[in-house]
Amino acid sequence: MTNVGSDDLTQLLTPSEPERSPEADAAEQKPKIAARSLKAAPSVSDSVFRSASFAAGGITVAIMLAVGFFLALRGGEALGVAGPSFFTTQEWSPETQQFGIAAVLAGTFTIALIATFFSVPLALGTALLISEIVPPRAKSLLVTLVDLMAAVPSVVYGLWGVFFLQASVIPVAQWISTYFGWIPVFAVTGPDGARLTDASAFTSSAFIAGIVVALMVAPTQTSVMREAFSQAPVGEREGSLALGSTRWGMIRTVVLPFGRGGIIGGTMLGLGRALGETIAVYMIISPIFTINWEVLKTGSNSISALIALRYGEASQFGLSALMAAGLALFLITLVINFTASSIVARSRSGAESDG
Amino acid sequence: MTIAAEQTLTTLHPPHADAGDVDVSHTLDERGETTHRQTILPARGATPIGPRRQIRGTAADDTFNVVGALVASLAVATLLFGWITPMTGAVGWAVVAYLGFVLIYALLIALRADRLEVADRVMTALLYSAGSILLAALVFVVVFTIWRGAPALFGGQWLIRFNFFVETMEFTGPLDPLSMGGISQAIVGTLIQIGIALAIAVPLGIATAVFMNEIGGRFARFVRTVSDAMTALPSIVAGLFIYSAVITLLTKERSGFAAALAITVMMLPIIIRASDVVLRLVPGNLREASYALGASRWRTVWTVVLPTSRSGLATAVILGTARGVGETSPVLLTSGVTAVMNTNPFSGPMISLPLQVFDFVKSPEPNMIARGFGAAATLIFLVLLLFVIARLIGGKGPGQLNARQRRARAAGSVADLHRITRQNEIRSAVATAVVAPVGIDAPVPADRPVVATGEDDTSSEPLQTASDITEVIDPASLDSPKDLS
Repeated sequence: MTNVGSDDLTQLLTPSEPERSPEADAAEQKPKIAARSLKAAPSVSDSVFRSASFAAGGITVAIMLAVGFFLALRGGEALGVAGPSFFTTQEWSPETQQFGIAAVLAGTFTIALIATFFSVPLALGTALLISEIVPPRAKSLLVTLVDLMAAVPSVVYGLWGVFFLQASVIPVAQWISTYFGWIPVFAVTGPDGARLTDASAFTSSAFIAGIVVALMVAPTQTSVMREAFSQAPVGEREGSLALGSTRWGMIRTVVLPFGRGGIIGGTMLGLGRALGETIAVYMIISPIFTINWEVLKTGSNSISALIALRYGEASQFGLSALMAAGLALFLITLVINFTASSIVARSRSGAESDG
Repeated sequence: MTIAAEQTLTTLHPPHADAGDVDVSHTLDERGETTHRQTILPARGATPIGPRRQIRGTAADDTFNVVGALVASLAVATLLFGWITPMTGAVGWAVVAYLGFVLIYALLIALRADRLEVADRVMTALLYSAGSILLAALVFVVVFTIWRGAPALFGGQWLIRFNFFVETMEFTGPLDPLSMGGISQAIVGTLIQIGIALAIAVPLGIATAVFMNEIGGRFARFVRTVSDAMTALPSIVAGLFIYSAVITLLTKERSGFAAALAITVMMLPIIIRASDVVLRLVPGNLREASYALGASRWRTVWTVVLPTSRSGLATAVILGTARGVGETSPVLLTSGVTAVMNTNPFSGPMISLPLQVFDFVKSPEPNMIARGFGAAATLIFLVLLLFVIARLIGGKGPGQLNARQRRARAAGSVADLHRITRQNEIRSAVATAVVAPVGIDAPVPADRPVVATGEDDTSSEPLQTASDITEVIDPASLDSPKDLS
């Protein structure tokens, strides 16, 4: 019905078609109202609106580009001095031209991986709980609470980690290192290779920082995964249930496969966030400048914590070195986030609208 | 197909076929005659209906399974930790109790159900526990902060230490009691910084979201990708950027304005993303209706799209604010630490709440740490307040109204109806006055009386308006004024 109408309209509006239908010829016999051109000159307010909103989009892009540009500009000097050794040197003393991000980069990834290890099961479970199990009223409350959790300032998580979590996690860390010390990552050894059991050897470790960061990134992951799960098609869900599946069977065979992109993307977005986390990590770890593979042992570092630690005392060249480290962090998170959002966007269907 | 189905039905219910006075198969052959055909219903009341099955809520044995497994696991864990094995520690006890619960719960279900149902129930329990752990952590973080900050917030003569909110730390040292000094300079600094950040980020963010939704195109897609990538910009990198671009090039000193710019960089993508989602939800037919009425693009955005998504946009802005208020690391690099009140964002260091917390807890003095927790609790109160406001305003889709708004809309609609009716009266009077003398066989006067009688009856007013519109569109009535000229 609607199609017929619109076809009529197009015929009416394009009278100068090469092959003319009899109706069009008939229409030309008697003087009729000429087809109105669809092209209208935009009004002043419209063109102002168009250019203003275009400018807003442009400014947003410009800010993002400026971040990369200024970091590259200011960090270029230090990068030029350090050269490729910037990525292999473990110590950080720009005054003596001996600096590199090998140790801090390793620490950053260690903390982020520990955080992902703890946050992904929690986020996955919570996302499935919210999207599949709880009744609708509880659902909106839970969504708000998860949003609230994402908005709790990082300094508050840091306080909690330092003043509460550390004391209660140290016995667990001691237990793990006692029974799983044969795995190199969980061993805690002194400089002479002897095993350490004293509680002071377990404070301020990457393990504790990782747990705190896990709590901070879990809400982000939860909301990405929940959105992906809620887009699993209803027909397949009902088909699965109609074939006699239990709820978990339905989740396993329909929701999880459809939400796979959301799970991967959400995990990576959380990882990107964990890499850039500053204050909570800075408050918990005791900074060192050597690569520490023993995650339960005191001492770790991350790029952002390094910047927060050294920006105050830095000379002009030291600042340039910090900018170079910031640029490295920026590029790493950018790559991870672009990958993650493209995975999420590809798994999302019909949600993309081009206006 | 229907014949086959009916035949099956008759074979399934032979008593009814016999009860009917005409043979059913005979009726089916003579499709023309439908007088003897009748609907076949199953006999009622032949079999007793059993008790109604409960399909909501939990059954008693489910409750027993959960409670029983919980009690048993707690008992086992306590036994293991207290008497049998030399294990110690609260965390270990909790882990053993939890594992015991899952195991015993699975066993209890396995007594009465098959493998699939055991998997279903155990996974449901696991999902619930994941959610509980996450939310318990949230509640615990908030409660712990308030509990540790209580000495700084509460006490003294008036139950609440007002000095904490109205005094500065200018003349207060680390060893001074909690009845001296406060965080007013940080509260003021936070408000000024977030105010400047909002003044920049809200127009820019919403305009960008409008651009992505209403104008579209390849560049809009690029903007969406870039703003997506910006949401995960590390906060310290934002601080470094403002430090290198604004402080070293322009202002040459740390200031509240630079901190506000850094917060803007962090808030902008959050506002863009949230507004984008909200604007996407505006129904397309509202936009199309506006365009069909001849409104320009700008008019449509200003009078249809933005008002429709007002509550969602407000929520987006508030959520962005809640995130911006808590940013510590960009402020650390750009605003500097101070103990005195500074209300000028363009000169001198200006501290904000998260930075004040960070500064307080660096001190080993218990009083300073208590102040730090007090400031953190204040910050949490601020974030909670923003969330409560967001929840009150938002949570509603575009076009969803509360009772008061519905009444207002209905009143507005009635007023519109009156206005249209009046205009019609005037227009029809003019039309009859102009058309009647000239048009000999004009169709207008023929149905005018119908319209006129309808005007007395209020219930038929919409009908009358509709007929009026069709009349205008109708080519016949369009031609008649043309004949005039």
